[in-house]
Amino acid sequence: MHKDNQPLIFEITKEGRVGYNLPELDVPAVDLATLLPQGMQRVEEAELPEVSELDIMRHYTALSNRNHGVDSGFYPLGSCTMKYNPKINESVARFPGFANIHPLQDESSVQGAMELMYELQESLVEITGMDEVTLQPAAGAHGEWTALMMIRAFHEANGDTHRTKVIVPDSAHGTNPASATVAGFETITVKSNEEGLVDLEDLRRVVGPDTAALMLTNPNTLGLFEENILELAEIIHGVGGKLYYDGANLNAVMSKARPGDMGFDCVHLNLHKTFTGPHGGGGPGSGPVGVKADLIPFLPSPVLVKEDDQYTFDYNRPQTIGRVKPFYGNFGINVRAYTYIRSMGPDGLKAVTEYAVLNANYMMRRLEEHFDLPYNRHCKHEFVLSGRRQKKLGVRTLDMAKRLLDFGYHPPTIYFPLNVEEGMMIEPTETESKETLDAFCDAMIQIAKEVEENPEIVQNAPHTTVINRLDETKAARKPVLRYIKA
Amino acid sequence: MKHRYLPMTEQDQKEMLGVIGISAIDELFADIPEKVRFTGEYNIKPAKAESALLKELSALADKNADSRKYASFLGAGVYDHFKPIIVDHVISRSEFYTAYTPYQPEISQGELQAIFEFQTMICELTGMDLANSSMYDGGTALAEAANLSAGHTKRKKVLVSEAVHPEYIDVVKMYTKGQNISVVTVPTKDGVTDLAKLEELVDEETAAVLVQYPNFFGQIEDLTKVEQLTHAQKALFVVSANPLALGLLTPPGKFGADITVGDAQPFGISEAFGGPHCGFFAVTTKLMRKVPGRLVGETTDEEGRRGYVLTLQAREQHIRRDKATSNICSNQALNALAASVAMTALGKKGVQEMATQNIVKTHYAKQAFEKAGFEVPYQGAHFNEIVVKVNGSLADTNKVLLEKGIIGGFDLGRVNSDLQNHVLIAVTEQRTKEEIDALVQEMGALYA
Repeated sequence: MHKDNQPLIFEITKEGRVGYNLPELDVPAVDLATLLPQGMQRVEEAELPEVSELDIMRHYTALSNRNHGVDSGFYPLGSCTMKYNPKINESVARFPGFANIHPLQDESSVQGAMELMYELQESLVEITGMDEVTLQPAAGAHGEWTALMMIRAFHEANGDTHRTKVIVPDSAHGTNPASATVAGFETITVKSNEEGLVDLEDLRRVVGPDTAALMLTNPNTLGLFEENILELAEIIHGVGGKLYYDGANLNAVMSKARPGDMGFDCVHLNLHKTFTGPHGGGGPGSGPVGVKADLIPFLPSPVLVKEDDQYTFDYNRPQTIGRVKPFYGNFGINVRAYTYIRSMGPDGLKAVTEYAVLNANYMMRRLEEHFDLPYNRHCKHEFVLSGRRQKKLGVRTLDMAKRLLDFGYHPPTIYFPLNVEEGMMIEPTETESKETLDAFCDAMIQIAKEVEENPEIVQNAPHTTVINRLDETKAARKPVLRYIKA
Repeated sequence: MKHRYLPMTEQDQKEMLGVIGISAIDELFADIPEKVRFTGEYNIKPAKAESALLKELSALADKNADSRKYASFLGAGVYDHFKPIIVDHVISRSEFYTAYTPYQPEISQGELQAIFEFQTMICELTGMDLANSSMYDGGTALAEAANLSAGHTKRKKVLVSEAVHPEYIDVVKMYTKGQNISVVTVPTKDGVTDLAKLEELVDEETAAVLVQYPNFFGQIEDLTKVEQLTHAQKALFVVSANPLALGLLTPPGKFGADITVGDAQPFGISEAFGGPHCGFFAVTTKLMRKVPGRLVGETTDEEGRRGYVLTLQAREQHIRRDKATSNICSNQALNALAASVAMTALGKKGVQEMATQNIVKTHYAKQAFEKAGFEVPYQGAHFNEIVVKVNGSLADTNKVLLEKGIIGGFDLGRVNSDLQNHVLIAVTEQRTKEEIDALVQEMGALYA
C-alpha cells in the first residue's frame, strides 16, 4: 500500500476493541436458538469495524480534513446555491421535540411539529405565489417528478390521455428530462436562441395537443431571466399544457418575481439551496411542491390542514396521486428552512436576492475581458463563462477548474449548461463578501494569464491537494465498490 | 440592510455598482416584465433575532411529546434506538455537512471515502455484492427496486407482500405508475406472506417479488421458500430489510436476493418525524450497471496513491437525461455518514448485542402481554415488534398512555380493516424492563 494512503476504517480495526457500551440486559436472557429457527440466525458475522471511540473520532476528523465545504472556503458551484449554512438551523433541528418524535404518534402529541410544517407551507405559498404547498418530496428531482405526476393526473381527470409530451429547454438540468421519463412522458427538447433564452419560434413548433407541460427554470441555467415569460406561458396554456417552474434558481428572484404571478401552474423548491438546507455532502435535501388551485385535488396524500386551531393530516383526498414518500417529507430539513425564513424575514429575503444578483454581476464584469462571455447582458444570481479562448491554447476548462483547487477554492460547475462550449457556471451567493469575490476573481485572472504564459502549470493542476487527478477510466472499467480484506 | 448572514456594506455596494456601470440594484431586474414584477415585500412574519427565535422555536418543540421524555413503543418502520453520542460530533463537522456532491474528488476525498466505507458496511450486513451511496429512504428505495426489476426483466408486473410496510406499498404503487407497471399484493397468513397465494400469483409476467424482512408485523419471513418461488419464474427477488436485524439474521444475499433495500434509520439517525432517514440499495454484481443513484469506486492517481471517485455515472440523470431509468440526484449523504459512524461505533460485536437485546426484550414483552391475558396472534419468530390483540377499541388508548408517560404502539386498524383492535408494539434496546412492565400494566388496566 502507498505510504500516503488514508487508511480505511477497516484497516485500523483490531479484534477485541469496542466503540460502544449498552446497558446490561435487564430482562431474563434467552438462548437465541429458541427464538430463531435454524437457518435464520446468521453464521458468518458481518465484518464491521472494531475500533475505540478515539479511533473513530480521529478517523473521521482526518476524513473531514480531506473535504472542502462552504465553511472551508468559497464554493461558487453554479446552480447549487452554496450559501452559508446558519448554525442556529442545526441547533433547532436537534431540539428533542423535533428530532425525537415519531411520525405515527397521536396527532395531539405532535401539534408543535405540525404547526411548524403548516407555517412553512404558508410561507412558501406566499414566496412562490402558489395556492398550496406540499412538503412531502425529499429533494428537487423528487419534487419535479411529483409535480409531473400531478400534471399527468390532471390531464387524465379531464379525459386528456393523449398528452404524452413534456417540453424541456436544451439548457435544462438533467433531472428535468429524467423526471419526465420516470413519470412516463416523452421529452421534447426546445432550443435556446442566440440570446440564451427559449426560442419562441421553436417552442411554437413543438407544442401541440399532445403537450402535457413545459418545464422551465427561470432564471435559466445561464443565469438569464426568461423575459418572454408571458408569451411562453401563453403558448403553453394556449395548447392546454401546464407550465412547470424548476425552483433551483429561486435565489435569483425572491421578492422580485413570483412563479405564481409569472403564469406557472406548479413549482418545486430546493430547500437545501435557497433556504440553507444544508447540502450535507450530497443530501438530504427537501423538495416541496407548490401548485395553483386546479392542481390541488391531486396533491400527494396526506395533506396537512388546519381545522379550528388544530393541525391534522387529511387522508380523504379522492383524486390524490398517492404517496411519494413514507411519512411527511424530510422534516428535519424543513425545520432548518423554516428557521432560516424566520431569521431573514421579508426584508431579509429581498436583500438575499438583491445581493446575490449584485455579486454575480460584479464578478461577471470583473472577469469578462479575461474569458469569453457568450451572453453579455445583466445576469441574475449566476453567470456562465466559456473557456473556448483558453481551449485554443491547449488548456481545457477542466484544467482551469483543477488549478482553482490550488488557490483553495471549489471550482464552478463546469461543462454545464450543455449549450455553452467549455462552460463555467459561477454562482457566488449573497453570503460572500466583496473581499472573497475579489480574491477569487484575482485567482481566475491569474489562471487566464498562466494559460497564456505557462500552460503546463494549469494542465498539470492541482499541485497542492492530498491527491492528484484520479484515474476515472480505471474506476469505471473494473469497478471496486467496496473494501475486501486482503 | 444589515444582517449577520449578509456581509454587503454600503461602500461595497457603491463600488460594485460602479464596476457594473449602473447606479442602482434595481436595474439588474429591469428584464423582469413589469406586469409580473413583485413590488413590496412578502407577507410573512418579520425576522426574529437569534435569541428570540431560539426561544420561540424551542417552545414550539416543547409542545411535542418526544421519545427522550416518553417511553416509546412505536415502531412501524421508524425506531427509537440508541444513538452513539459520537455520531452528532462527526456529522457536525462542517467540512462534511456544508459540502455538496463530491464532483471534485481531489478536495472531496473525505466524503468519498466515508461513502465507500458505508457501501462496504451495507454489503457486509446484507450479504450483497455492492451497495450504492444512499437513497431518500427505505420506501423510495423499494419503489426504485420495483422499477429496476421491470426494466431489467422487461416485464410489467410486480408482486408485493401485504406484510410490507403499507406506506412502502403506497410508494411502490406511486413510482410504478409512470412505467405502467401493475402492482399486485400478496395476502398474508398468520402474519407472514401466504406462500400458497404467492405460488398462485407469481408467473412468467412477474418482474419481481417484494417482501420485507423482518416484515411489517415484526415476523421473520421464510426467505428460502420465497426465493424458490420467485426464481422459478425468473423474477427478481427483492428484500426490504431492517439492517439492525441483519446483525443477527441470515442476510438476504445468502438467500439469493437480487436486490436488498431498506432504511439505515436504526443506525444513528433520529426519528425526526419521519425524515430525513437513509435508504440503502444493494444488489448482485449482475445488476451493477442498473443501480439508481451514486456509486463511489476506488482508483489511483498517477503517483499510485489510492483515492475514491464517483463512478459508473453513465447510468445517471445528468449524463443520460431522458434515457435515465431513475431521476435521483440529491440523496441522503449526511445520514449515510451518520449511519456509518453508528455502525462503526457499535461495530462487529455491538450490532449483534443490540439486535439481541431487541429480540430478547420483545420476547419478554410478548410473554408479559400473554401473561396479562392478551392474545398475541402471530406466534412465528419475531425481531423487535409483535402484534397484540385487545378486546375493545384502540381509539383513545394512546392518549391515555401518553398521560402515563408512554408513547403507545401503532393501531393496525388504521391501515387494515381486518386488524381492528390489533396494535403493533415495538420494543427496542432503549426500553427498560420497568417501562415494558408499565406498558403491560397500563394496557391491562384499560382492557381488564
